[in-house]
Formats: sequence, C-alpha cells, structure tokens
Amino acid sequence: MLSYIAKRLAMAIPTLLIVITASFFLMRVAPGGPFDGERQLPPEIEANLMAAYHLDEPLPMQYLRYMGNLVQGDFGPSFKYKDFSVTDLIAQGFPVSLELGGLAIVLALLLGIPMGVMAALRRNSTVDYLLMGTALGGIAVPNFVIAPLMALFFGVILGWLPVGGWNGGALPNLVLPVVALAIQQIAYIARMMRASMIEVLGSHFIRTARAKGLNERQVIWRHALRPAMLPVLSYLGPAIAGIITGSVVIEQIFGLPGIGRYFVQGALNRDYTLVMGTVVFYGILIVLMNLIVDLLYSLFDPQIRYDD
Amino acid sequence: MTDTTRPPRPMGAYRPFFKRAALTACLLAIAPLGMAATLRIDNSAEPGTLDPQKTSGTWETRIVRELFETLVSQDAKGDLVPGLASHWQLSDDGLTWTLELRDDAQWSDGQPLTAGDAVFSLRRLLKPELAAHNANLYYPIKNARAINAGEAAPETLGVHALDDHHLEIRLERPTAWFLQAIAMPEAAPLPEHVLKESERWIVPGNTVVSGPFKLSEWSPQDHITLDKNERYYDADKVSLDEVILYPLEEATAALNRFRTGALDISYTSVPGGRFQQLRQELGDALRVSPLVGEYFYMFNLKPDSPLGDIRVREALNLATRREVITDQLLGMGQTPSYWLVPRVTEGGTKGEMPMAQLSMDKRMARAHELMKAAGFGPNNPVKLTLRYNTLEDHKKIAVALAAMWKPLGVEVSLVNAEAASHYAAIREGDFQLARYGMVATINDPYDFLGSYTTGGSAARSSGYHDETYDQLVEQSSETIDTGERAELLTRAQQRLLDDYALLPLYDYITTALVSERVHGWEPSPMDVHPLRYISIEE
Amino acid sequence: MTSSSGAHDTHAASGTGRDAADHLQGGGGPNPPQAPVAQPGESLAREAWRRLRHNRAAMASLVLLALMAVICIAGPWFMPWDLAEVDWNAFGVAPTLEGQHWLGTDANGRDLLTRTLYGGRVSLSVALVATLVSLVIGVLYGAISGYVGGRTDNLMMRFVDIMYSLPFMFLVILLMVVFGRNIFLIYAAIGAVEWLDMARIVRGQTLSLKRREFIEAAHALGVRDSKIVTRHLIPNSIGPVIIYVTLTVPKVILLESFLSFLGLGVQEPLTSWGVLISEGTSNMQGAPWMLIVPATFLAVTLFCLNFLGDGLRDALDPRTR
Repeated sequence: MLSYIAKRLAMAIPTLLIVITASFFLMRVAPGGPFDGERQLPPEIEANLMAAYHLDEPLPMQYLRYMGNLVQGDFGPSFKYKDFSVTDLIAQGFPVSLELGGLAIVLALLLGIPMGVMAALRRNSTVDYLLMGTALGGIAVPNFVIAPLMALFFGVILGWLPVGGWNGGALPNLVLPVVALAIQQIAYIARMMRASMIEVLGSHFIRTARAKGLNERQVIWRHALRPAMLPVLSYLGPAIAGIITGSVVIEQIFGLPGIGRYFVQGALNRDYTLVMGTVVFYGILIVLMNLIVDLLYSLFDPQIRYDD
Repeated sequence: MTDTTRPPRPMGAYRPFFKRAALTACLLAIAPLGMAATLRIDNSAEPGTLDPQKTSGTWETRIVRELFETLVSQDAKGDLVPGLASHWQLSDDGLTWTLELRDDAQWSDGQPLTAGDAVFSLRRLLKPELAAHNANLYYPIKNARAINAGEAAPETLGVHALDDHHLEIRLERPTAWFLQAIAMPEAAPLPEHVLKESERWIVPGNTVVSGPFKLSEWSPQDHITLDKNERYYDADKVSLDEVILYPLEEATAALNRFRTGALDISYTSVPGGRFQQLRQELGDALRVSPLVGEYFYMFNLKPDSPLGDIRVREALNLATRREVITDQLLGMGQTPSYWLVPRVTEGGTKGEMPMAQLSMDKRMARAHELMKAAGFGPNNPVKLTLRYNTLEDHKKIAVALAAMWKPLGVEVSLVNAEAASHYAAIREGDFQLARYGMVATINDPYDFLGSYTTGGSAARSSGYHDETYDQLVEQSSETIDTGERAELLTRAQQRLLDDYALLPLYDYITTALVSERVHGWEPSPMDVHPLRYISIEE
Repeated sequence: MTSSSGAHDTHAASGTGRDAADHLQGGGGPNPPQAPVAQPGESLAREAWRRLRHNRAAMASLVLLALMAVICIAGPWFMPWDLAEVDWNAFGVAPTLEGQHWLGTDANGRDLLTRTLYGGRVSLSVALVATLVSLVIGVLYGAISGYVGGRTDNLMMRFVDIMYSLPFMFLVILLMVVFGRNIFLIYAAIGAVEWLDMARIVRGQTLSLKRREFIEAAHALGVRDSKIVTRHLIPNSIGPVIIYVTLTVPKVILLESFLSFLGLGVQEPLTSWGVLISEGTSNMQGAPWMLIVPATFLAVTLFCLNFLGDGLRDALDPRTR
C-alpha cells in the first residue's frame, strides 16, 4: 500500500509537468493578450508593458523563466491584480472556497446518500418518485437560476438571511451559498446512489446475507452500502476538487471572496500568471483527490487491489 | 451545475464582471448610535492596483483619489478646484505651468509634502519600467515621450521644484487640456521617502498617503476599508470616519444588497431590462446622469472593405433607427447621437452628421438610393460581418442593427467574442464593423477626436486618414483660447462626420444607487464623486 | 426481505453474474450461463426492447422525447415567425393567447416559441452527439483501463488527470484556431471533456467486477479479453453508466451556452436552450417568461430522459435477463 502511494505521488510530478507545459503554450494560442481592452494603448506604452512582464521575449524563453520561478515556489505577480502575487490571491481566497465547498459536500453526502438509499428501497413507490423528482429538479434548474431566486426570496423578501457577503465566514452568510452549491450535488449523489443501490440489492451476496437471516438494516448498512458507494466515489474525486476550488457563479451572486472567479476571469483577462497558478493548484488537487479515491476503493470493496 | 467538476466553471462567465462584498456592513449598521460615520459603497469591481500610477479604471481611481490628493482637485460635480496646489499659472507662451503648493500639506506619517515629491512622482510615472497605462497623457511635458520610450533619463523631465512649495512644469508645446491631466491621480505627488525604501509600498494599514482617507484594510475580492486621515489638510471638513468598499460586479447582487440596506451607494450599473420597474421602486435613489462616453460602431475603412465606400456608410447610418435602440431596447435615457464627442463633454464641440435632420421616410428613401448607386440591392446584397463583445445589451443592439439594415439588402453575420478576443481583433483591424465604446479619461474632446488622428488608436484600427482632420485637431490642442478651440474642434469633428467614418449610436449615461441617507452626492459627467463632500445621516 | 424492491426480485431469479459464473464452473445448471456470452446480440436487443415496452413510464417518456424532437425539427416550418424576424411593435411582450406571440417575445421583439424550437434543434443535437461521444470514449477507456490494470491503468488514468487539469476555455480556443469557427466543434469540445467522469466511473466499476468469479471464470474458459470487456464488464456497469448519461445531458446543454458566451458556440441569430436560459436569467424578474419557456422545454426533456434511463437500465441489466 505505502509503496503504491509513493509510486503514485512520484507519478504526480511528470503528470503536473505535462499539465503545466501544455497549459502554458495552450493559453498563448488564444487571441488577445492581458492588455487588450476597450482603451487601446499607444504602441510605446504597450511596448513598456510587454517588457515589464517579459512578454516581449520569445515564448520558449518565457516558459523557461516561468518554470525557473515555479521551481522556487514563485507563481509570479498577477497581471490584473498587480498589488498581489498569484500565491497571495490563492492563499487568501482558497480558505473561503474550501469552507463553502467542504460544507456543501458534507451536506450533499448527508442528504444525497440517504435519499438515494431510501428511493432504492422503495423503488417505484410514491416516495421514490417524490425523492427522484426533487433530485431531478435540482439537476434541471441550473444554479445561476436558483441562486438569485434564493437570495431574492430569503434575503430581500423574507429578510431571514443576508443576501450576500462573506463577513468573515459568519454562519448566516454561509447558509444560502452552501445550499446553492449543494443542491446540484445532492441531486447527483442521490441519483447515482439509487441506481447502484438497486444494482447491489439485486446481487447474489445480498440475497445470501438475507438468507442468513440478517435483518434488513444490517444488510443495507453493513453489506450493501459500501459496494453501492463505488460509482459515487468515482464521481466525487474530481467533483470535490471542483467544488472546493469555488464556483464563479455562486461567488458573484453572493459576493464571496473565493477563488472560483480566478479560473474564469483569469482566462478571460488573459492574466497568464493567474491562469497558470489556478491550473497548477487545480492539477495538484485533481491528482490528490483521484489518488484518495483509488485508495478508498479498496476500503469500500476489498476485492480491489493495486499491488500488481 | 456545469461549474462543479471542471476548472472552467462555465456558467459563471456569463457575468463577466463581478465581484463580491461582505456583510460586515449589516453588523455595522446596527452598531450603537453615536459611533463613527460609516459609508458602505459597492465599488463595482475589485481594484487591480491602488498604486495611483498603475491604475486603469474608475473602480481604482475612485479609491486612489481618496488616498492621494492631486495638485489640482475636483469638486463634487467634477469641476477643477485647488488641491495640493493653491494657485497655478500658465505663462503667456502657453509653455510653462507654475504651481504653488499649500504649506500645510503633509504625509500621513507626518513628513512634509513638498514640490520635490511632485517631481519624483512625475519622473516615476514616465519611467518605462513602470509601464503606466496613462503615461501618454503626460507626453506634452518636455522630454516625457523620450523618457517613456527609454531614450532619455528620467532626470531630464521638464519638471522642477523651484523650492519646497513651487513647482514648474515645462511643456514641449502648448496643450489646452493639460490641467485636466494634472488633476488625474497619476500625477498626484507620491511619498518619495517611502518609495525610496521599497516599491512594495501599498500595504494595508501602512500606506503613507496625502488624501482625506487612509487604507486600513484590503481583503481581495471581499472589501476595502478606508479610515479618515486626520493629517489631511482639510480633515475638519471631512464628515465620514470610515468607508467600506465592496467589489460587487453582479448587478442583481448589488441591487439586492442595496435594497436590504446593506449598502449606501452602489456604482454597479443597474440591470438594463428592469430599469423602468426599478425607477418606480427606488424613486430618487436611482440616479441616472450623462457620462462623457460614446457608444458606436467602428467601420473598417480600408479600401478592400465594402465600407470603404462612403455611400454604404451613409446608408447604414441612415437606416439605423437610434431612437428604437435608446427608447425600446435600452430605455434608460441615453441620448441618440450623430456625433463622436458626447454632448456633455467640456469644450463646446458641436456638429452632427448631415443626415440627422431628415425624417425617417426620407432617410430610408435616400439609403435605398445610395445602396443602389453603390451597386448593391436586394438582388445583390452586401455581406457584412459585425463583431461585438459578449454582453446582453451589446447583443440586443447588434441583433437590432442587423434587422434594421436588412431592408437595404444588407446581410449581416453576427460574430460575438469575449472581450479580450474582441479588442484584439479591433487592434489588428480584423473586422468590418465592430462595437466600440469610448469613455473619456480626461473631460476634453481631444480624448475622442485624438484617437482618429493618424497614429491614434481608432485610426490605426479603422484605417481612417485625413490630413485636414489631423491638422485641425493638432491646431486645437495648441490653441489656448476656449472659443477659438471649440471652433477648430467642431470643424475637425464635422470632417469625420461628413465622411460617415463611424456609426455613432448614443451618448453614455451612468447609473448609481444612492440612499436618501447620503448627502452631498452630485451627478458628475466623469463619474467622480469625492468622498470628502459626502456625509451620511445616522 | 421486504417487498420494496419486488419487481426487481422477481426477475433476479435468473441469477447475478456471480451465479452464472458459479454455474459455469459447475458445468452448467438449471439457469443459462451469463446471457451476453451465450446469446447473439440481436435477440439481446429484442429482449431488452420487450422489457422496455412493458415499462409504462419509460415508454411515455420515449414517446414524449420523440415528440419533442419532431416539434423542434419540424415546428419552425409552421411558425408564422422566422428565427431572426423582429416584431417592431412587440419588444419583450408577455405570452398571450389572442396576440401573435403565444409564448411572448424576447427583448429584441423576436417570437420566443420560434426561437425555443430552433434552440431545441441545437441543444438536442449537441446533447445527443456530445453525450454519445462521451459515452463511447468514456466507457471503453474506463473499462480497458480498469480491466488491464497495472501500469496501463496508471498511465491511462494519469492522462485523465491531465485532461481534467487543462484549462477548458483555452482547449476550446485551440480547437477553434485549428479548425475554424464551426458548430461541430461544439460537439467535439464538449464530448472531449465530458468523457472523463464517465471513464473514472466505469473504471471504478471494472476494478470491482474483474475480481468477481464470473469474470475469472470466463477468463479461465479462454474467452478473449476484448469479449470479456464488451460482453461482461460493460454490461455489468450499465446501471451507473446510464444514470450518469442522464446527468450528462443537462450539463452538456448548459456547457454549450458557455461556449456561445466565448463566441465559440452558436452565433446570433441562431440560439440554443442554454443561451435562451441564460438570457432569460438576466430578465428573470422583469420578464419571467423568457426564462420559463426555454427552461420548461429543457425540464420536460430531462424528466423524460430520466424515466427512459431508469427503464433502459432495468431492461439492459444482465442479471435480470
């Protein structure tokens, strides 16, 4: 097991290297640069800016310079947010995104898994249709529709909760964005859980367990749940990496200082250093989450082994 | 949904410009009475920098102006008034400005503020390494362009401290709008004694400033807190003790927060589609005022383009029903325009496209004739590609234009792109018709007309070239007499308009939400609202 | 045992994959061995179809989906308005029964029903093609990676990690630079992204299944690897796969509108449900029909897909054959 983890972590380095290299050149193919805006700059000033950010050097040279700095842990200054380094921006915003996303995932698991299990047990009953209909609603209505409606209803009309803002992470401020983030995940998890639970419940070993006279509760929670979690687990790896790095929609609608916006706006602004920072950060999370998921597989299904 | 699993977070990019704010505001609002006067502002975007010389947008200068007092300042309406300089004077040849600095001005760390700081600041501004976006506004200063191009040492700049309180600025040639440039935050004196130590000098809680407010907190994408600077020379006239600015980009988010009383002022544009409804709901709190800015379509005039033919350009202008756009599509009180220089601009530039006087029927009749003469018609349609950057209102207008021109036998294909690609295409002249907007950096017609002079940005993109026009604009810059200058600028603009070199649509307006508890907030055509004139009721 | 999963249990008598394997090892028994190996594909499909036909919810959904497709494809020919036609007297009017615009107009005075139908053509075809692409690539990739295992699995999954990490927007722009502005690009770009989740899920299932006795038995009997993957592993992962497909469709439809935002998707005057919904969102409070109309079309489609998916899952489940 330990040697497997070590091997995987060693693999992370070439993986990330490819991600960084491919992203670096990929983003430079896009038309437009960091200084293209409504106000066109006079040529002299554009030249000064290009020189100040070393954008006047040949691309391979810029790549080497970037990699050189990266090795020393320096992501460089943001082109757009000039008073902060990319590291500062991610370091200040990530705790916010992590808290929001983490809570949303916990909420989604706490609601989604029981919903799915219950629907599977009462298959094709009213309860099933009700639960899955609700879940489907969560999938059909995108969060850029639901989030403003929630802010309007609970914030402006009822006045129960703040319509937005971070406020140092105070609980009332967390409720709406966490719920808005979680809705979709609840729906996804519940749908997948139901499907795989049905599958597992029909399998031979569950029927054996029942035949042995175990009560239904034991059968479900002790024997059926873990193998049924496999597809959810596969889905969760990348999903968690995505959720804890923030959602630009939720951040904008609720005015939250997370890092989700940097992924989109960094790219739209051609803020090259910020884009690279988010790519590296996200890449590390993806590699880690998928490693954790792979390790958890063998915990959920002892037949899965990696030692070959 | 789409934004949960992958970095692109797709849907979000729909609101390309947002920010967010914090709710500290709510708690502060219920703080015990008799506490400090706090104003909560939605600043519409996260500042990219608070270094006054590197700024590029109103959401930055709005803060920077409060931190760093300029030599020439602006009042609540945006008119020029004395700032750090109590008097100024221009020599008879129009080449030398002499400014006299107040003797009670000091930095927030107690150091005296001298003419030496002003000299230091302008030299720094023009250093090529600083790469200031607006450095070109200061090119009229002797040697400035050469310094900015790296061809001369900063010390050769034509700016000198005659003594601690007298500053002399020598120009290459007379420049009518130069005082406007001096009133920009770029030219504000900077604390030489601090900057000599470190270029990382914008430090929350520790930035040495000269203006009415100090930077006490900066939490990126969350909020910025400004506290009153007791060492500001006019501190006893400043009513606010604390100002919190939130970078909300999303119109609905800002509006909701304003409605719940968590904001006192919001500068994020209100959602266009709901303007009438909001006007009813919010009444006087919704302030709409003209802005020195113009919304237009740039024509590519290069000879291989069908728009190289003036008849086609005039026909498109004729068939464009601007009132439909301003009244039906936007409905926020924009003025339909037949000119480049917005009417609210200072300097008295007049004139309009010759077709503006015709009735709609006559316009359409003439448009058909012109298209026919140019060899186009329903059987031989002219195919045009129209580019716009992705935004709901831009899309509405582009769609309407295509429909308005269709009867002329114009087949328009619409191409949208996100902003960076759009402006890159304009810069490279890779377009036929492109949406464009100009918002003035300085309140002067030169800011608009200069861009169509040979070498100017609009001229480079569109291929416009007219020597008479160039001469008129050039001459106007050197003319100090206001009346004479207005005459020259009007003539210059008229050449551009007679040529139908562009498709103007409307003069910009700007919206703000201002709570009735706020006093001293005035409409201002440059959207400058200095906080020192603003107070808030308990 | 409770009766809650009753319908399933009555079919389950034919045995799970594990049962089949047991019987194989024991030299045959009362139940036929794993159906996929023993029976030709055609009768399999017929069998599944027979089961599906008995599922009323699934059949109703199928009919409704077909109807939706027909309406979107043929509907615009019968509409009094054209896609780009502006009614200069009707900017953003609400739906009325008397007027000319039954479902109202958009902010530009264009008939919303007409535009929603045209949008359906784009969205349904994007959903169909992109989902199919992601299904085929994802399922094959995941099954191979999981089944072969070891070094190959490791390398294949690291490639998936890389694809996850690349900035999607620039990937799409690269496609555009290489292939030009093209609506098929939308399909390609979306398909290229959406197979990743599918691959991870199928691989996870495969890892679990491949150690089961029936797979090892098939292996011992000398069944070719390619056959084991296509006849055993994939059919036995079909449940999560179908569910994930129904979850991919809404994702794909909304992702398309992001590409349109970038200028890489549909261009005005053409539209899609995703674009209409995001337009509608910005007019949500003043003109709710602009959101409700396209959102209803999308929601109906998704509900149908969902029931159809459940029905298909039951029909294709190898254990219930």
